[in-house]
Amino acid sequence: MTRTGFVIANLFRKRVRTILTLLSVIMAFLLFGLLQSVNTIFSAGADFVGATRLFVQARVSFTTALPLSMLPKLEAIPGVTRVAYQQWFGGVWLKTNTQLIMFALEPQRYHDVYPEWKMPEAQWQAFERTRTGLIVGRQLANQYGWKLGQRVPISSNIWPQKNGSKAWEFDLVGIFDGKDEDWQKRTNLAFMQQDYFEEANQFGIKGRTNFFILQLAAGANAEAISKTVDAMFENSPDETKTQTEKDFNISFVKQIGDIGLMVRWILFAVFFTLLLVVGNTMAQSVRERVPELAVLKTLGFSDRSVLGFVLAEAFVLVLAGGLVGMVLASLAGAMVEKATGGQFLLEVNGGVWFLGVAAIVLMSLAVGLLPALRARRLKIVDALAGH
Amino acid sequence: MSEPMVQVHNVTKVYERGKQKIEVLHGLTLDIPKGDFVALMGPSGSGKTTLLNLIGGLDKPTSGEITVGGRRIDQLGSGQLANWRAHNVGFVFQFYNLMPVLTAEGNVELPLLLTKLSGAQRRKNVSVALEVVGLADRAKHKPRELSGGQEQRVAIARALVSDPQLLVCDEPTGDLDRKTADEILGLLQVLNRDHGKTIVIVTHDPKAAEFARRTLHLEKGQLLEQAA
Repeated sequence: MTRTGFVIANLFRKRVRTILTLLSVIMAFLLFGLLQSVNTIFSAGADFVGATRLFVQARVSFTTALPLSMLPKLEAIPGVTRVAYQQWFGGVWLKTNTQLIMFALEPQRYHDVYPEWKMPEAQWQAFERTRTGLIVGRQLANQYGWKLGQRVPISSNIWPQKNGSKAWEFDLVGIFDGKDEDWQKRTNLAFMQQDYFEEANQFGIKGRTNFFILQLAAGANAEAISKTVDAMFENSPDETKTQTEKDFNISFVKQIGDIGLMVRWILFAVFFTLLLVVGNTMAQSVRERVPELAVLKTLGFSDRSVLGFVLAEAFVLVLAGGLVGMVLASLAGAMVEKATGGQFLLEVNGGVWFLGVAAIVLMSLAVGLLPALRARRLKIVDALAGH
Repeated sequence: MSEPMVQVHNVTKVYERGKQKIEVLHGLTLDIPKGDFVALMGPSGSGKTTLLNLIGGLDKPTSGEITVGGRRIDQLGSGQLANWRAHNVGFVFQFYNLMPVLTAEGNVELPLLLTKLSGAQRRKNVSVALEVVGLADRAKHKPRELSGGQEQRVAIARALVSDPQLLVCDEPTGDLDRKTADEILGLLQVLNRDHGKTIVIVTHDPKAAEFARRTLHLEKGQLLEQAA
């Protein structure tokens, strides 16, 4: 027998109670892992994007389109080297009824503004000259098994064609990769020709787009240019809101609400409940064996050793539950990622694990310290006499 | 048996219960030679268990001196006293006080976790201790699977395993029937006679006291007489 063995044996003196407590710890850390991953997606997803591009949208909402006639004015602003634009298409892959992240755009401009997408030049050219051309990211192509040259039927939940059909036919002319791991994770996008969109959509939407994307010159002052753009269109029918791509991505996801704040409050509630549950278990466990703890001291275990035993029990309990919970969260995250074909990257990454381990240590101290101090303070004679 | 194992000199013990101060021992002086087997008797509240706790280093006197095996234990701090107990004294309680989650051998091994012995050496010592108390075949049983007498034997093995020279036993047969009690007391006698352990037991039972070499009577915190 070892001290560790003794700690574990003590933990399982009330098997059902320990298992139930363990389950509550597992559930709490499962939630922690998943919610923290969601938080990571929403708060840090755009970190690698940088601030070399500006997004210009209608001031009211990005669902309100802006006229393409703004393009020359934007291009003329000092510090802006190239301007691309993209229109939300709202594609749905018909075979699996899965929502796609799909935009209509002008190929050459987009290619110039986004050098991070790597695709053979021949495919870019094919995209440019094929009216029904479609290019997709590697992830998307792999997910649905799409091959170059394939005819891909995609429905739009917003834009019916002039013939009333919502099903659009595309020719897959290119598959692009990301320049690095971060960009590769975003290859779940699909792009179509702006010309095809304008010609075929039933509503006759022409010469309008949801976003302009401004490529800035090296060293250009993004903030000053943003202000210039917005000032340029102030008091016009098409007032703008301009922000860096990174800020745009963050504000886009925050439309749902402040995800970080929501996650923090949910986790606070979860861990506060856990604190009460495990804290009560530990306190009860120490109360039940006051005479046993006194016997340990009688045998020669110091006050500090007894404190250590109780703290170790709390630590083993929270550690076991915490690790299982985090592993389950990792598995669940991977399953969600797989089920959504990589469109929802619910990854319990190193950062989340680090926070999880920190939470395990803090929670162990929080639930174990008071009972451990009580055990440490026990006077042998009183405890043996049942006082 | 002339070399002293326990020397209690002018010891007073006062307990505070709320605002009330209760003096349990009043300037008590006592010598117990090495190899002695002493029974402490007396009515409830006479201070028997208090004296036993002081001799075993579980509590400290309010005043006076206590020397055990040549060491002034009344002057030791709580950590030093714990360490002293681990190496110098074995305890046996009325209600055995075994750890219910451990087997008999686990219980006996517990004090050895405080030593630097290897796992193999610890297991060997445990096996010897269980052999001495006649429970080698019950090593893997948990306390709830043992009879009261067997539990007390395990407790005695636990007290013996680190080879202390002094055993203090508080009503070791108080929870046992006559036959089992006599077996336990016989075992203590063997430990005293054959293994040279100095034993001090507290008991209400005159028949139990008969197993000791001598009996000391306490009343109202003072030693009344010394019977051979």
